[in-house]
Amino acid sequence: MRPSLHYDVLVVGAGVAGLTAGARLAESGARVCVLAKGVGSTHLAAGTVDVLGYDPDRVESPASALPAFVGARPDHPYALLGVDAVGPAVDWFATRVERGPQPGYRYVGSLERNHLLPSAVGAARPSALVPETMAGGDLGAERPVCIVGTRVLREFHASLCAGNITRLGIESRALEVKFEIDRPEVNALGLGRRFDDPAFRRDLAARLGPLVQGDERVGLPAVLGLRDPHGAWSDLQERLGRPVFEIPTLPPSVPGMRMFEALRAALRAAGGRLVMGARVVGAEREGARVTALRVDTAGRETIFGARSVVLATGGFASGGLALGSDWMVRETMLDLPLRGVPPPGSPRFRPEYFDEQPMAPVGVAVEANLRAEGTENVLVAGAALPGAEPWREGSGEGISLTSGYRAAELVLASDGVAAAA
Amino acid sequence: MTEVLHELLRGSLDHCVKCTICETACPVSNVTPLFPGPKYAGPQAERYRVDDEPSVEWSVDYCSGCGICTQVCPQGVKIAEINAQARHKLKQQKGVPLRDRLIARPTVLGRLGTPVARLANASLRSRPVRVAGERVLGVHRDAPVPRFAGRTFRSWARHHSSPASGRRVVYFHGCGTEYYEPDVGEKTVAVLEHNGYQVDIPKQGCCGLPLQSNGLFDDARKYVLRLARALAPHARDGALIVGNATSCTLMLKRESREILGLLDDPDLKLVSERTYDVCELLLELHDRGELKTDLQPVEKVVAYHAPCQQQGHWIGKPALELLALVPGLEVRELDARCCGIAGTYGLKREKYDVAMAAGADLFDQIRTSQAGLVACDSETCRWQIEHATHKPSAHPIELLHRAYRL
Repeated sequence: MRPSLHYDVLVVGAGVAGLTAGARLAESGARVCVLAKGVGSTHLAAGTVDVLGYDPDRVESPASALPAFVGARPDHPYALLGVDAVGPAVDWFATRVERGPQPGYRYVGSLERNHLLPSAVGAARPSALVPETMAGGDLGAERPVCIVGTRVLREFHASLCAGNITRLGIESRALEVKFEIDRPEVNALGLGRRFDDPAFRRDLAARLGPLVQGDERVGLPAVLGLRDPHGAWSDLQERLGRPVFEIPTLPPSVPGMRMFEALRAALRAAGGRLVMGARVVGAEREGARVTALRVDTAGRETIFGARSVVLATGGFASGGLALGSDWMVRETMLDLPLRGVPPPGSPRFRPEYFDEQPMAPVGVAVEANLRAEGTENVLVAGAALPGAEPWREGSGEGISLTSGYRAAELVLASDGVAAAA
Repeated sequence: MTEVLHELLRGSLDHCVKCTICETACPVSNVTPLFPGPKYAGPQAERYRVDDEPSVEWSVDYCSGCGICTQVCPQGVKIAEINAQARHKLKQQKGVPLRDRLIARPTVLGRLGTPVARLANASLRSRPVRVAGERVLGVHRDAPVPRFAGRTFRSWARHHSSPASGRRVVYFHGCGTEYYEPDVGEKTVAVLEHNGYQVDIPKQGCCGLPLQSNGLFDDARKYVLRLARALAPHARDGALIVGNATSCTLMLKRESREILGLLDDPDLKLVSERTYDVCELLLELHDRGELKTDLQPVEKVVAYHAPCQQQGHWIGKPALELLALVPGLEVRELDARCCGIAGTYGLKREKYDVAMAAGADLFDQIRTSQAGLVACDSETCRWQIEHATHKPSAHPIELLHRAYRL
């Protein structure tokens, strides 16, 4: 069927990989449309850029550890992308956040050294680039910590967090304060909104000020503002006269929302389009070329034509891959060939969550240039790539950013879009 | 409602993983504690809604029905649709106030107001009348109400004959065009004809969207099916149906079928498949290389807002692509989710402030945009925007009309 709408490139998925690919392509002059059935995993993640955290022991420096890491794993996305591809992608991201809709908000750090940030339960989590609002929580520093919680936020327990930080050898204690909140259901989102209000911060700081002691730094759940996190965080630091840092909470993740908004703004600023709520249900093909995607739009299918497609639909959690009750695994958009599926009869899962899970590295079979096997013009980015276990490796955002960025470059190189621009 | 459909929507709630992404995007719950959010009122409370038992959760009355929650849900949960049905159930139990029954019937209001337009317009802008209207009826004294044009679009259409052409469309004008903005209808027809379409304008009525939003499902079904019966024969003859009221075209395409449980009606199904938003149709024409490009300069700075309901078509922002073709026209894309009005929601005494707060981001962006005009595809949104920002507004098709010098 003849396409109704034409783009140079269609990107499917609005997570970190999809938005990065889309924005990068649009910035190079390509006509890009990002199609997504909904918001991606940003809102569920910590909002940090984890590049490499474990191999399998904790990694101090991703830059130093990556060559050996990929040497031992020739099928890993980082091996495919090349270790040198990570830096430019991460730098690109950091500058897009700085140009983003939250004035002054930025990421700090580099591939040279991982931060060691406390999680909501007080475990140390290695991460390369982190929002400035979190950096003060680095457990590599000795400075004592005061974790501030509030009863209204059920998913953040200050004493649990502080207790575990103490176990890691950092002096730490918990404080409970009352947050003035008038909502029937309180979550990080509701609190994030409140912290945008200077009067709310002033009141909180006035009550908190007398309670913190010595040279304690103050850890709060990551709710310090949705619109102006830099302003909210700076304001609190100034009022308390000491470092303040955010600790990621359960979803909805306020720092994750900021990350999404920064990437979305980059896409929009470059003239890229984003269609949210649209499900891709199939493709039009000419031989090995996908010439168009069939999209379930209101009332009927609409055919979106394009010269290239970037598939950034995620893994099992995002619905890019699905495991049926018949134990068959499929790629859900184009039924592309997969790699890494455990052979029939062999174990697929192990009992412990953080065990090496046989099903975990399953992904779309790709060639070295990220092209999906059996296609000429479908490139794969993000968690749909095979060979990684991001939650064990602490590598999710690193893989998504790098593969999204790289996919865009490969499309530009193969497609002549850049030359036209 | 067919059981199958009810199960389809209700079944989708089992896909809810409680990620709360819908609540991060909800324009209403972000500004008022009166609505805890789409997840709370929808997939969560729905588990406690049992047929023939009282509704357990009343906050869903404060859902404006903008549909953004369904758009952003990564799991495919039909949140807005579940909430619309919950609102219907709630209204059945609590009763529907006279006000809602009245403002949900634009054709009745239009027929009453049009012959006495001057008097009606003056009354609607008279403070004492509005204060009384708020006290007696519950329509907020400051809420934006449109001006009756004093003539109907149909009175023009009756005397208009479209040049014969092999390419035929049926124009679905909607109630806003009929009673308040007949000139937008005339311009839409002119732009379509300029692009080689023969435009037929059959007798038609309201799509029933305001009734649906107010929980009056039985009447909404009657309205939308009556409209489908009027349009379907033309669709069967091969004509496309094109409209400029983006929420009404969305009602025909998708909302009525899902929310009112009319998936099985063959007329509505056909109409749904053949209905186009006018900008969508023109952009497809452009992408086929068939859109007339004799567009003359329009030296203007325009801010464009894509309404929530337009985003519910899941086709992007065709108006932006079209306006970009007009020489001299500088278009600034606004980036706010909602103007707050949601059809009749923001007219209500108890919801006016919520609606204005929901639109505050958009109004701020418009004020700082330095645009002299706001383009937007929905008439109720335009009226809200004009009310809040005192900036003039236009349907994107009006700008194309000007550029074509028709």
